[in-house]
Amino acid sequence: MRSAGWLSLPAGLYCLAFFAVPLALLLFESVSGPQGLTGAYYADFFGSAFAWGVLFRTLWLALTTTLFCLLIAYPAAFALTWTRGWVQSLLVGLLLLPLSLSVIVKAFGWTVLLRGNGLINVTLQALHLTDAPLRLLFTPAGLLIGIVNIFLPFMVLPIFASVGQLDGRLTDAAATLGGRPFYVFRRVIVPLTWPGVLAGMTLVFSLSIAAYVIPTLLMGDAFQTLPTTVATSFLYLQDPHRGAVAGVVLLVLAVLAVLASSALGRRTELS
Amino acid sequence: MNLLGARALAWTMLALCLVYLLLPLAVTLLVSFSPSAVFELPHDRLVLRWYERIGQLDGLADSVVLTLEVAVVATAVSLGLGTLAAIAVVRGRFPGRGAVATFLVSPLMLPGLVIGIAILQWFRFLGLREALPSLLLAHVVVVLPFVVRTLVAGLARFDFALIDAARTLGLSYGQAVRRVMVPVLAPSFITGGLFGFLASVDNYPVSIFLTDVYHRTLPIQLLQWLGESPDPTVAAVSSLIIGLTIVVLVIGDRLVGLNRMAGL
Repeated sequence: MRSAGWLSLPAGLYCLAFFAVPLALLLFESVSGPQGLTGAYYADFFGSAFAWGVLFRTLWLALTTTLFCLLIAYPAAFALTWTRGWVQSLLVGLLLLPLSLSVIVKAFGWTVLLRGNGLINVTLQALHLTDAPLRLLFTPAGLLIGIVNIFLPFMVLPIFASVGQLDGRLTDAAATLGGRPFYVFRRVIVPLTWPGVLAGMTLVFSLSIAAYVIPTLLMGDAFQTLPTTVATSFLYLQDPHRGAVAGVVLLVLAVLAVLASSALGRRTELS
Repeated sequence: MNLLGARALAWTMLALCLVYLLLPLAVTLLVSFSPSAVFELPHDRLVLRWYERIGQLDGLADSVVLTLEVAVVATAVSLGLGTLAAIAVVRGRFPGRGAVATFLVSPLMLPGLVIGIAILQWFRFLGLREALPSLLLAHVVVVLPFVVRTLVAGLARFDFALIDAARTLGLSYGQAVRRVMVPVLAPSFITGGLFGFLASVDNYPVSIFLTDVYHRTLPIQLLQWLGESPDPTVAAVSSLIIGLTIVVLVIGDRLVGLNRMAGL
């Protein structure tokens, strides 16, 4: 088995030919003008108010989504670890079902739910919480309701895994030594579950900066993000240079997210 | 806040979380049985009219066949390439093993749309314009990371000394691999394959650039219908997809267990 390294060649070459080379070509396309290499497309892109709006919306959407997912998932993951046996299996299954299901199917469900006469508005009015139907579809609130829903399982599962590894004796010990519940939570539980939180945040952030279907269906063309800019530039506007620049910017953001996450993970390991 | 309050909050969040996650699925199912064509909810009786109309949907059968064809081929190729690569990464002693593993899994972390558009530009550069081969070649890049990730994790837990033990007990090398290594690795193989298969069936960010009028995969066809004329027939198709996903998960649970599938 000493020569086992050769076995990675077929997969490696395949990914080189159909993944790395295409990305390199995209990078090249973003800097190649009629007269050789140029930074003009980047200058054009970052010189326009449109691009800054796109960048701001993309980051706002990804950060808000990550925050809401964390706020819901963290307590929910604890409750999930308190369940046992078939109940836990069933609940994990109920998390895996939406996770494995096509985004488009869930997006369809949300367009029905968020309509003016949709279930959410009917319920709110029946409970006399609102008098007139709220406008949800094509608003940032509706968009957030939909997108947090899509990425929530990716936050719950890693946190659930790290809470499950939590040694109950440590929290007991901290309490025995006189730690008040909030102190124990802050100094023992949060640091020990941090790897799961970090993994979940990285996943949700990376997925939501790349989201395309949900913003398109729940917000429409008025809400341009980096992924929708990439798609419209190539599919409708036939402007490959702008699309390539937007694509490279999106790629850089995704790589930065992964690098930042592994740097954060390493720092906590050391301390 | 006291401990009891914190516990109550956690249970409430879990309940809300599950209701919230399942809400769009439940609504899709309800709409698919609705007597009204304009998504009125709630309704008082269930009809199967929209399911009967599925047969009349233009292009559905073709897109289902195409989707399955692409997913089956891409999964089979990925399992072959991925198994070899996972063995190399876990067993090989060459510099940069970690980098190879990261490289093979990286399509999973990068924005799908960017990968899709990059592949499209590359195929145009090469002069490849036919939809079917483009989809087949590109979907291997979609499926492979799932297979490599689970197989590397599975192989890392496998004790290769067991093969030597089996050989000492009289099995040939081939027999030892087949009777000892294959059964132990089967769960990773199945999990990686199932998730990779589902990822290919659900994929839109790569497919959207590679499909043409005659070759639309199911997600692209669904997007098209949603953009044009969403009616309860689309809900009926979506409900069938929900049913299919449940079947796949139940099979996965029976074969390897849900916790293993969730990567827990």
